[in-house]
Amino acid sequence: MPEPVLHARGISKFFPGAIALDDVELALYPGEVHALLGENGAGKSTLIKCLTGAYSRDGGTIALSGAEIDPRDPLDSQALGIGTVYQEVNLLPNLTVAENLFLGRQPMRWGMVDHRRMKREAREVLRDYGLEIDPARLLSSYSIAIQQIVAIARAVELSGKVLILDEPTASLDHDEVQLLFSVIERLKGRGLAIVFITHFLDQVFAISDRATILRNGRVVGTRRLADVSQTEIVTLMLGRALEEATHHRARSEPGELLLSLRGYGKRGSIAPFDMDIREGEVIGLAGLLGSGRSETANVVFGVVAADQGKAELRGRPLRIATPREAIRNRFALCPEDRKTDGIVGDLSVRENIILSLQARQGWHRPIPRARAEEIAQHYVKALDIRLASLDMPIRLLSGGNQQKALLARWLATEPELLILDEPTRGIDVGAHAEIIALIEDLREKGMALIVASSEMEELVAYSSRIVVLRDRRQVGELTGHEISTKSIVEAIAAEDAA
Amino acid sequence: MSQSTKLPLYITLATFVLAFVLCAAQYPAMASTRVVANLLTDNAFLGITAVGMTFVILSGGIDLSVGSVIAFTGVFLAVILRDTSIHPLVAFALVLLITTGFGAAMGGIIHYLEMPPFIVTLAGMFLMRGLAYVLSTESVPITHEFYDWLQSLYWKAPGGGRFRITGALMLLTYVAAMIVLHRTRFGQNVYAIGGSAQTAQLMGVPRARTTIGIYAVSGGLAGLAGIVYTLYTSAGYSLATVGVELDAIAAVVIGGTLLSGGSGFVAGTFFGILIMGLIQTYIVFDGTLSSWWTKIVIGGLLFAFIMLQKGLGWATTARIRLLTASDARS
Repeated sequence: MPEPVLHARGISKFFPGAIALDDVELALYPGEVHALLGENGAGKSTLIKCLTGAYSRDGGTIALSGAEIDPRDPLDSQALGIGTVYQEVNLLPNLTVAENLFLGRQPMRWGMVDHRRMKREAREVLRDYGLEIDPARLLSSYSIAIQQIVAIARAVELSGKVLILDEPTASLDHDEVQLLFSVIERLKGRGLAIVFITHFLDQVFAISDRATILRNGRVVGTRRLADVSQTEIVTLMLGRALEEATHHRARSEPGELLLSLRGYGKRGSIAPFDMDIREGEVIGLAGLLGSGRSETANVVFGVVAADQGKAELRGRPLRIATPREAIRNRFALCPEDRKTDGIVGDLSVRENIILSLQARQGWHRPIPRARAEEIAQHYVKALDIRLASLDMPIRLLSGGNQQKALLARWLATEPELLILDEPTRGIDVGAHAEIIALIEDLREKGMALIVASSEMEELVAYSSRIVVLRDRRQVGELTGHEISTKSIVEAIAAEDAA
Repeated sequence: MSQSTKLPLYITLATFVLAFVLCAAQYPAMASTRVVANLLTDNAFLGITAVGMTFVILSGGIDLSVGSVIAFTGVFLAVILRDTSIHPLVAFALVLLITTGFGAAMGGIIHYLEMPPFIVTLAGMFLMRGLAYVLSTESVPITHEFYDWLQSLYWKAPGGGRFRITGALMLLTYVAAMIVLHRTRFGQNVYAIGGSAQTAQLMGVPRARTTIGIYAVSGGLAGLAGIVYTLYTSAGYSLATVGVELDAIAAVVIGGTLLSGGSGFVAGTFFGILIMGLIQTYIVFDGTLSSWWTKIVIGGLLFAFIMLQKGLGWATTARIRLLTASDARS
């Protein structure tokens, strides 16, 4: 085996009251894709930040091509040879593709930026990445996948030895992921060492050569992926065998009719649909990206007001044009994008949990501190939210714990109808299973739920009925034993044949 | 730069051409070199100020101090030329040094203390106005043979228009600013910081140096505008040019630069200035309209351009959504 291009040994990092990394070793070889796996909070991000100098490490050494390095910050580590690309594209949308690629190192001619040469070189560079695009156009005029590849191109051109991809596929759809993978393969061929971080195990097996698994800040194993199964990896990540979330046991009978929608819809958003939701029932919303899952959730909750159709709540006519009205009728919605639509990052976990309850009560009747503490404490325990203190800002929690805190916020309002939009996106396997168990538990207690998700297996596991959407209209409904991933796919595809 | 970013610039240009044609149709005398020459001369100091403001707004900031800096510059020059025997050129150099340094200091405070530009430059506005009062509360006339000589320089165009040195200085400022913004790394960094200061920093843009540079440019150009203003009025007065910073901001926005930063062109600002000057000229020609109509029309124009930017923003988002959707389907 050749020398590792990057060899980190004994990396340790302490946070007040916690050991984030404990004696971590990571060796990367040229031309390999190395997956970094672990649950949320296992230390993946911390390790990356230590390698790139975003955090100063408390112990250990990093050797790059045999020489010891000590990067001060991400820019420094980039100059040394370690480039990083994040899920959020860290480029400037208001500049052109070429300007983004060459910012800070523009080709100069007589003391002036040589735009023509910059464009030409940008075109050549991007061709190496399989992109035939016009580099003189604004970055923002291209899709996220292409922006991501431009970000990779910039990182590789500037560093050239190690490329760290931190959840690059989280906001991409299937075809875009394939495009990204083809770029990764090219870079592998050029002898780069690539670190790949993702929550999608299928993607790990599709593209990676080896994987290092972290748990609670320690390395629990490094494996050649050709030699192991998914189950083995998951077991390593969790430290216990995963309970298979399969379909399915006896369901309790659904209760009374709660909400009935007739010809409900919003022009340009979702075509009119009928829907009946009973207590103790989970309605799954299935469909491809952009099929109208979130739109359905939003129109029911009044995020966008319906402009046609009728709604009845327990037999009484109902009009819901704003989320406030929905909340007053004991609806709750956990939105898809928790970072922008959900959490208030700088407020404490406690404040975030009681936010909706307080909003419903009105701001002139503040919830007493002791009561707030009690509510927050109850849900932290019930949902197993892992945190150091209720007073810490919620942005410091890991993704899965943020999601659970958001759920707690809505559960605290004791809703009759809970709408969840992609409740398991971007969280790790362990938290994933817990949230699924929670959904089942809520249903058993008689709550009505609408769950939109892109993960069909998951929908199959907990839904009483599944509504299938395509091109922003309902195209089918599956009940009882009809429910299976196969039948969902068929329902989505059926329209194609017609 | 792509078509979509240049669209506001083209619209500003089209607005100017259309307005000029309409004015000339009603008052054919407006199409003379005399009017054009006066348009440049009368708006030279505001035009130069607006160049600095374009840098600041492109970076996502704002500079409220420029009106006061112009007044300070005027009083400073008037007093120093009255009380001492130093040559005006030396005084010019001195005042440019002071105003540039003042701008740089504000930039430094904005960057290092992480203060909003609005507050820092508001403080700068009061500070400079106060300093001007301290120097003199009355209007101080400037009488110097060098001033007389500068003011006597002009090129008489056919048709009787007198193109003066201050107008030329403004044009020169615009050309220089275009080169700096589009052809230097500093200029690219201004756009980068306007796009997202944090991302720009992650991409290696020297944020401190750039921010300080931007406000130094704005301060220095306000000083230059102050010099031009004394050539225009032959006096320094501490109560002069109140609210000029707002005129400059208006010109920048009418010129198609986004107030949120990152997008726009200094050429647009030039046409913004010309549009505002044209409205004033029209009111003078009309003779019956109150000069307040200038403000009303500028207010209306500003509003229209803000709506236009909003509309373009929506159009772009819709197009990208369409693009992404078709990507996903293919």
